[in-house]
Amino acid sequence: MNNPHISDLSELKDDIESALGDVVDSVEFAFGEMTVNARRAEVSRVIAFLRDNERYKFSTLIDICGADYPERERRFDVVYHLLSMWYNHRIRVKVVTDENEPVQSIASLFPCANWYEREAFDMYGIIFDEHPDLRRILTDYGFEGYPLRKDFPLSGHVEVRYDVERRAVVYEPVDLPQEYRDFDFMSPWEGAKYVLPGDEKPETGA
Amino acid sequence: MGKQEAIISGDDRNFTINFGPQHPAAHGVLRLVLELEGEIVKRVDPHIGLLHRGTEKLIEHKTYLQAMPYFDRLDYVAPMNQEHAFCLAIEKLTGVDVPRRAQFIRVIFSEIGRVLSHMLNVTTQAMDVGALTPPVWGFEEREKLMGFYERASGSRMHAAYFRPGGVHRDLPPQLIVDIDAWCDQFHKKLDDIETLLTDNRIFKQRNVDIGVVSKQDCLDWGFSGVMVRGSGLPWDLRRSQPYEVYSKLDFEIPLGKNGDCYDRYLCRVEEMHESARIIKQCIEMMPKGPVMSMNRKFTPPPRSEMKQSMEALIHHFKLYTEGFHVPEGEVYACVEAPKGEFGVYLVSDGTNRPYRCKIRAPGFPHLAAMDYLNKGHMLADVSAILGSLDIVFGEIDR
Repeated sequence: MNNPHISDLSELKDDIESALGDVVDSVEFAFGEMTVNARRAEVSRVIAFLRDNERYKFSTLIDICGADYPERERRFDVVYHLLSMWYNHRIRVKVVTDENEPVQSIASLFPCANWYEREAFDMYGIIFDEHPDLRRILTDYGFEGYPLRKDFPLSGHVEVRYDVERRAVVYEPVDLPQEYRDFDFMSPWEGAKYVLPGDEKPETGA
Repeated sequence: MGKQEAIISGDDRNFTINFGPQHPAAHGVLRLVLELEGEIVKRVDPHIGLLHRGTEKLIEHKTYLQAMPYFDRLDYVAPMNQEHAFCLAIEKLTGVDVPRRAQFIRVIFSEIGRVLSHMLNVTTQAMDVGALTPPVWGFEEREKLMGFYERASGSRMHAAYFRPGGVHRDLPPQLIVDIDAWCDQFHKKLDDIETLLTDNRIFKQRNVDIGVVSKQDCLDWGFSGVMVRGSGLPWDLRRSQPYEVYSKLDFEIPLGKNGDCYDRYLCRVEEMHESARIIKQCIEMMPKGPVMSMNRKFTPPPRSEMKQSMEALIHHFKLYTEGFHVPEGEVYACVEAPKGEFGVYLVSDGTNRPYRCKIRAPGFPHLAAMDYLNKGHMLADVSAILGSLDIVFGEIDR
C-alpha cells in the first residue's frame, strides 16, 4: 500500500488548509478534534473533496446537526461529522447560516444526509437547497415552530388530551399548574451581570 | 359486491399499506407507509417521531448530572452504553481522569449492555420471522443481567450508574462473583438458542439473502456496528479507537461475509460470546481502588466524609444543586454501542448546563435506509429486515 495517507491530525490540518484554503475560513484544532469552518456556498464541494480525496477518504457521514446561537448575526451552525474508516480519522465541518439562507444539501453525496437534514430542518428551520424531500421528521403531524431554537419554550406551545365529549384528541394551549422552575445559578460572587433586587448599592458621589 | 370485484380484477395491483404504529414487528412505535405492487415492496416511507420526547431540548435545561439519566431512556435496551458516551464527552471537555477500577467496571457493564441488546434483538427478530421459543429462552438470560444492573445501580433499566469521573458506587464483592459465574454458564445457554435458529430451515429461508448490504452501501448510508461488520468491513470502535481499557483486552471482532440478515444474526451471536469473554477478563484484571475521580470539583465526596468534613459538605451541596461547570468548547465522543456508533456532540459555553447536546443514534441512519433496503423485497421480508436493523425507538426519536 503506497497510498501516502495522513497519519496524524496536525499533518491533516496543514494538508487541508493548503488544499481548501480558498473555500474554507479556518481550520481549528481543539480537544484532539479538527474543525473545518467552511463557507456556506462551498459546503458540498468541501465535503465531496474530503470524501473523495484518496489521502483522507472521509467516506462515512456520521451526523449532521444544527446549533442555535441567537445573539450572533447569522444564528445557526450546521455541523457535519465525518469519519474515515480507512485511516481512522474524524473531522467536523461547520457552516454558518440563518433562517432564510439555504445551505446546500449533501443528500446527493451521502444518501443518509437526507434524514439528518430533515431533522435539522425540523428542529431549527434550517433550509437545505435541492433537498429531495424536506419534510418534518420527528415532530407531530401539523407541528408549528422549531423546537430546538433557543427562543422556543421548553414546555412548547400546545398540549394534547383526549376529549371524551368530542371523542377526539384535541390540541390546547399549554396550561401548566406549576411554572417550570428554571433556577438561576449565577451568583454575585462569581460575576453575575445584574444586581439582585434589594442588593443595590447607594449612589456614590451624587 | 360486484363493484369491489371490478376494482380488484383491474390492472391496478398497487396498494398502499400502513404498517404500524402499533405493530408487534415494528419494535416500538414505527409507522411505515408501504407502497406495494402485489406483494412486492415498491417504496417504504417510515414515519418516525412518535416517541419524540425532546431529549436534546430537555438536556439543554438541566445540569450535566441531571442530564445523565436521559441517556438511559434513549436505547432503553442497553442503557449504560449511552451514559458512557455522555460521560466520555464530559470527561474530554473537563479533563477529569477516571480511576482504573472504574474503567473496568464501565467495560463490564458496557458488555453486559451489549449482551442485553443483542439477546433482545436476536430472539425477537427470530420471533418476527416465526420462531416463538427463542425469546423465552433469551429473556431468561436478560433477566439475570438486569438483576446485575439492579445490584450495581439500584435499578433494572434506568441505571444512571456511569458518572463523569467514574461510576457511582463500587460493586459489591458477591456481585462480581455472580457475574463471573454467569459468564461461565452463558456460552451453553447461547449454544442452546443457536440450536433453535442457526441451522433452522425456516429461519434461514427467511433471513439468508434478505436485506443484503454491500460495503459501499454501508459507507453511503452511514452504517455502523453490526450493520457494517455483517458486510465484512472490519470496523469496531472498541478496536480502532479504543476507549477505557479495551486496548488491554483480548477479544475478536466477528465479521460477516454476505451482509444479509443471517450474517448479521451470526455476528450478534458471536459478539455475545466475545462479550462474555471480555467480562471474564475484566473481572480477572480489575484492580482494587477508588471508582470515582478524587477531583472534588466534579465528583461528590462519599457520604461518610460529608458528615465529618465541612469542605466535603460544601462540595456535596454545590455539586447537587448548581452542578459542576464545564469549560467552553465542543467535542464529539462516541462508543461502540450494541447497535453501532453512539455519539454525543456536546457544546459547552462554560456554564453548568450543556449548551447543545446532539445525540447521534446508530439506529437513525439504519432506519433511514429502510426504503433502499426493502425495495423489491416481498412484504413479509419487511419485518425480517426491520428486525435485523436492530431498531429501538427510544434512541431514534429521542
